[in-house]
Amino acid sequence: MNPQKLPQSSFWNDTGKTGITSWIFSTDHKRIGLLYFYSVLGFFLIAVCLGLLLRIELMAPGRTIMGPQTYNALFTVHGVIMVFLFIIPGFPGAFGNLIMPIQIGARDVAFPRLNLFSWWLYMLGAVIIITALFTGSGPPDTGWTFYVPFSTRTGTNVSLAVFGVFIIGFSSILTGLNFVTTIHRLRAEGMTWTRLPLFVWSLYATAWVQILATPILGITLALVIAERMLGTGLFDAARGGDPIMYQHLFWIYSHPAVYIMILPAMGVISEIIPVFSRKPVFGYKMIAFSSVAIAAAGSLVWGHHMFTSGMSDTAVLVFSFLTFVVAIPSAIKVFNWVSTLYKGSISLEAPMLFALSFLLLFSIGGLTGLILGAAATDIHVHDTQFVVGHFHYVIFGGSGFAFFGAMHYWLPKFYGRRYKEKPALIAWSMMFVGFNITYFCMMVLGMKGMPRRYYDYLPEFAPLNLASTLGSWLLALGLILLLVNLFRGLLRGEPFSGNPWGGATLEWSVATPPPTENFEEEPVVTHGPYDFKSTGIP
Amino acid sequence: MNDTNHHIISYTKLTSVWLTLLALTGLTIWVSGLDLGVNRVWGALAIASLKSGLVIAFFMHMKYEDKLLRWLLFVALLTLAIFIGFTFFDVLYR
Repeated sequence: MNPQKLPQSSFWNDTGKTGITSWIFSTDHKRIGLLYFYSVLGFFLIAVCLGLLLRIELMAPGRTIMGPQTYNALFTVHGVIMVFLFIIPGFPGAFGNLIMPIQIGARDVAFPRLNLFSWWLYMLGAVIIITALFTGSGPPDTGWTFYVPFSTRTGTNVSLAVFGVFIIGFSSILTGLNFVTTIHRLRAEGMTWTRLPLFVWSLYATAWVQILATPILGITLALVIAERMLGTGLFDAARGGDPIMYQHLFWIYSHPAVYIMILPAMGVISEIIPVFSRKPVFGYKMIAFSSVAIAAAGSLVWGHHMFTSGMSDTAVLVFSFLTFVVAIPSAIKVFNWVSTLYKGSISLEAPMLFALSFLLLFSIGGLTGLILGAAATDIHVHDTQFVVGHFHYVIFGGSGFAFFGAMHYWLPKFYGRRYKEKPALIAWSMMFVGFNITYFCMMVLGMKGMPRRYYDYLPEFAPLNLASTLGSWLLALGLILLLVNLFRGLLRGEPFSGNPWGGATLEWSVATPPPTENFEEEPVVTHGPYDFKSTGIP
Repeated sequence: MNDTNHHIISYTKLTSVWLTLLALTGLTIWVSGLDLGVNRVWGALAIASLKSGLVIAFFMHMKYEDKLLRWLLFVALLTLAIFIGFTFFDVLYR
C-alpha cells in the first residue's frame, strides 16, 4: 500500500518509519495483525494449490497425475499447512490482533513484544516445516495426524516437520497468554464483561484452549521425535509402550484445536449478523457463555476420534455421550443467530452472505459430526471420504467462510478503501456452489464406502469424484475472483471512511484507518456492543 | 499490575523448599523400589503433585499472588487432571 495516497494520518504512516523493518520489528498490534494475515493467506493459497492437485489426481480412477507416494506426501502437507499454518493462527493472529485491542478500548495488547515474538516463532516454525518438504528423504507422508507406529518408522522427513509444528505451538500458547491478559487487564473504563463484543468473548475462550491444550501437543510431538531418534519405545507395544496412548495425547490437543479454528469464526459471525440485520444480537449472554461452554466441553471429547482404535468400550460410551453434549452450546449459538435475523432489516452485502452461508455450512458440518460422534454409525464411516467432507464443511464452510466474511467486513477499515460489491457477490456465489459440489460429493462417497487417503478407487466411485473435482475448480475460480476484487479494492477502490456498515462496537468509532495508538483519548464505554440506538445508528 | 506488592522470599525459606524437594526426590526413588502393585502409580503421582505444589507455591510465588491468578492456575491444573483422568476411562477398562 502507498501511504502517501491515504486520506489522513494513520498507523500506516504516523510513526514516520518505513520499509520492511518497520513491519517485521513493529510491536503495533495492527501491523502484527497484518503480518499474520498475509503470512496465513500465503500459506493458505499454497495449501489450496495442493488440495486442487489432490482433487485432480482423484478425478479419474487409477494414476492421473501422481503416484501413491506423492499423493501421501501431498495430503500430509496440505493438512499440516491448512491446520497449523493457516486456520489455527489465522483468526487469533490476524483478526484477533487487528480488532480485539480496539474493540476493548485498549491501545495495544498487554505484551506487545511477546506478540511480535509470537509471529517470529510462527514464521520460524513455518520455515522449518517448508524446509522439511525439500530436505532429508522426502516430505512427510503420515497425514497431518502423525499417527504412530507409521510416523516413528517411515523414512520420510517427519522429525523436522514435527519440530516445526512444535515451534508453532509455542507461538500459539504465547498469543493465548497475551490475549487472556489483555482482556482481563486492558479493558477500557465501562467495558464490563457483559459489554464485551462477542468476537472478544470468542477469542477469550479460544485463548484458554490455546494455553491449556497446546502444551500437550508439544509434549506429544517431542515424544515422537524421541521415539524416532532414541527409540524410547513409549508407543511400541512390543517394548511395553502403548500406541493408542499416542492417539489420546494427540487428540487431547487436536480436538480442542478444532475449537481454536471455529470459536473465533463464531465470534465473527456474531459481529456481522446483528450489524447487517440492524438488530441487537439475540441472547447476548447465552452466545458469550456458550463460547466458554464449547471450549470447556469440547476439550473433553477427543476420544470420538478413536472409536475404532481398540480403546475400551467404557471410554467409547463416555466420549460418545460427551460429544453429544457439545452440540448443545453449538445449537444455542445457531438458534440465537437465526433469532437475530428474525424480523431484522437484512442487508445482503458480502460479509453478510458469507455469514449466512456459515450458518448453513456449519450446521451441515455439525450435524454430520453427530453421525461421527455416535459410535455405531462412526464405525461405518470411519476413515472414509465422509470424514473429509464433514471436516471441510465445519472448517472450510464454517471457519473459512467466516474468514472471508471477516476480510470483507474489517479489512476496508484498515485500508480506508473498499472492494466492489458486485464482483464480491459473484465470487461468493461461485464459492458457495463450488464448495457444496466438492464436499457434498465426498460425504456421499464416504457413505458408499470410499476410504480417505487412497489415491485410487473402484470405478463405481468415478462419477462423484469427477463432480467433486469440477466443483473444486469452481470453488478455486471463485476464490481467485474474491481475492482480486478485494485487494484491488483495498489498494485502489472507493474511499471507506466513517461507519458505513453501521457497527456499534468500538472499532467503528475510531478513525479510518486507525492511528497507531488507536484512540485519541481513552474511551469510556456507556453502552453494549450491539446497542445501535444509543450510538445513533439508524 | 501492581509491582509494589511484589513479595520477596527469604533465602532460608527458598533453601528449605529446595532441600524438601531433594528429600521428596529421594522418597520417589525409594517408593519405586517397593512392591505396591497398582498403588505404585498413585504413590508416584502423589509425591510428584506435592513437589510441583511446592514449586508453584514458593518458586513461582503463587502463595503470595492474588485470588485471580491462583484461580487461573487452578483451572489449568484441573484441566490437566481431567485430561489424565479421562484417559483412564480407556486404560483401566481396556
